[in-house]
Amino acid sequence: MTTRAKRRLAGIVDVIVIGAGHSGLAMSYALSQRSIDHVVLERGEVANSWRTERWDSLSLLTPNWMSRLPGYRYQGGDPDGYMGVREVVDFVSGYAVATSAPVISQTTVVQVTPAGNGYRVSTERGDWHCRALVLATGAFNVPVVPRLAEGVPAGVTQLTAMDYRNPGQLDEAGVLVVGASATGLQLAQEIRHSGRPVTLAVGEHVRMPRVYRGRDVQWWMLASGVLDQRIEETDDPDRARRVPSPQLVGSPERSTLDLNSLRGQGVEIVGRLAGVRDGKAQFSGSLRNVCALADLKMNRLLALFDEWAAVNGYDSEVASAERYAATDVGAAPRLGLEFGREIKTVLWATGFRPDYTWLEAPVFDRRGNLRHDRGVVDAPGLYVLGLPYLRRRKSSFIHGAEDDVRELSVHLADYLDRTARPQLAAVAV
Amino acid sequence: MTIEAQKAENGVNVEALLGAREALTEAPEAARFKWRATSEWLNGTHSRATVDGFYGLGGEQKHRQTFTFDTDHPEIFAAEDNGATPVEMVLVGLAGCLGAGIASVAQNRNIQLRSVKATLEAGMDLQGILGIDDGVRNGFDGIKVHYEIDAEATPEEIAALVAQSQKRSAVFDIITNPTDVTVSTSKA
Ligand SMILES: Cc1cc2nc3c(=O)[nH]c(=O)nc-3n(C[C@H](O)[C@H](O)[C@H](O)COP(=O)(O)OP(=O)(O)OC[C@H]3O[C@@H](n4cnc5c(N)ncnc54)[C@H](O)[C@@H]3O)c2cc1C
Repeated sequence: MTTRAKRRLAGIVDVIVIGAGHSGLAMSYALSQRSIDHVVLERGEVANSWRTERWDSLSLLTPNWMSRLPGYRYQGGDPDGYMGVREVVDFVSGYAVATSAPVISQTTVVQVTPAGNGYRVSTERGDWHCRALVLATGAFNVPVVPRLAEGVPAGVTQLTAMDYRNPGQLDEAGVLVVGASATGLQLAQEIRHSGRPVTLAVGEHVRMPRVYRGRDVQWWMLASGVLDQRIEETDDPDRARRVPSPQLVGSPERSTLDLNSLRGQGVEIVGRLAGVRDGKAQFSGSLRNVCALADLKMNRLLALFDEWAAVNGYDSEVASAERYAATDVGAAPRLGLEFGREIKTVLWATGFRPDYTWLEAPVFDRRGNLRHDRGVVDAPGLYVLGLPYLRRRKSSFIHGAEDDVRELSVHLADYLDRTARPQLAAVAV
Repeated sequence: MTIEAQKAENGVNVEALLGAREALTEAPEAARFKWRATSEWLNGTHSRATVDGFYGLGGEQKHRQTFTFDTDHPEIFAAEDNGATPVEMVLVGLAGCLGAGIASVAQNRNIQLRSVKATLEAGMDLQGILGIDDGVRNGFDGIKVHYEIDAEATPEEIAALVAQSQKRSAVFDIITNPTDVTVSTSKA
């Protein structure tokens, strides 16, 4: 108590947004449009995640023309290309400048507690008080590493996709990449190209071609409404929110990245890493089934595109429909590998989760997930942005912020109005 | 002409299953089951296993009746062939589990099944169990399952049924992933 009481109050504002990535900045813009008094607290600089947490060669898997935020869009000369990390930093930083976002950088939020009719937001540089709080701290703060990592022998180097920068970091010997999302496939490909033997452990995944009928697959997903699908329309929202990122890479050649192309480049494909025992990695025998599931789902998606194109008169504008070879995992995918001898490095590309350890409010469910209804957290005046499928399939993507922020800022403004000076409201009636 | 959509009738109570899913999400304790069997050696390679009770939904449960299963080995193994071999029982378990899954998924997707026939085959090199070659494992070197299904659905929908049933199958998981096994003994 005493230490907190002694801390100076840095400021009192109606709204605090934590995090100056694109989500927090988009919300800031929406609040500014409504003349709502707010600040954006950021532990590093604007676009910190892109500056500090991504590997060197990363390109967006969304094309440039798609990169848009409220009141701002890609203006460069290569709409069909894909931004590299540096360009994303510039894009997001440019947005902060263009919108004159009230960002207070180098200010890490260390604790949030409910206080009075709002929240006390403690930072290393003093405490703030606000009536409403927006969590825009990102969905991908901490790498998720399965428990069985503990059994990997000591002589094997383990790193996560967040620690990985380039193949030069790795031992020259064999690398086991665990996880077959966009991250896992991109890193497997890059490490293989560096000459190292690569084994890729594959669980459930999402396969799609980069270009379909002459158009970027993201164009199809946007145009056909797939990316706008709402969470309340899904059969199983929990599952929808856990679906891994699609196997896509943004390259100048616009080439498709899937298990077949990786095998062609010499990457060995094995099943999900299911166990570690006696210095050996054990892989699941479910590989064929997870590949069959992904192929079937891809074909359903393509069929949906075809149907949409036919109904909406696009058939003459795009190339003709095509289907792709089924995933070929080879005659006998290996079920085990020896650590040390065959594998010197394990790269965990097993996903990320948000970090809310600094949030001290009763807003978490049994599993430690934030309890919220499409971004409206289960506590007065508390909001969250940027989580996968928060409101729509596109919610965690740059272009997805616009719709979510528009709707949630309306809710937030309404909350501020409803809770503002109740005595005056009573007089007015 | 009826406009009303037909409801598939596969004899699976999907509402009950979905209800159970919801209830068990709220009460994770009740979701913890223990499956049991007892077995007694009779003679030679012949054993008889018995299944009647299990634990679940927070209490002891009973099957409608006690089931017994004889396992033995065929005559070419110089045995009496009083029952299926234990490895064949594994195939029986897999087929039963996938079949149940296919029916449940079909019901949930409103697909009327007319017939579902599975053929299972597992390869095994006896040099493993006989200790002739250390490089050969004891168990199957692979399992092939083929489903012939007649249903009111496209071939893709049928393939999806079968794929989804594997994804949700306990026995498929038991076979494809390692399981920690503890075996203890006591003198009677
Ligand atoms: C590997 C990878 C590839 C991706 N590729 C694409 C893509 O191709 N296209 C696309 O549209 N999207 C992509 N995304 C998704 C998404 O666009 C990014 O994750 C994006 O960074 C999310 O923006 P955000 O503003 O929600 O969160 P972030 O960008 O993570 O911003 C959160 C901010 O909050 C700050 N912060 C966190 N905790 C605190 C604290 N306690 N105190 C103060 N500040 C704090 C962080 O420093 C950070 O600046 C990708 C994500 C990843 C991980």
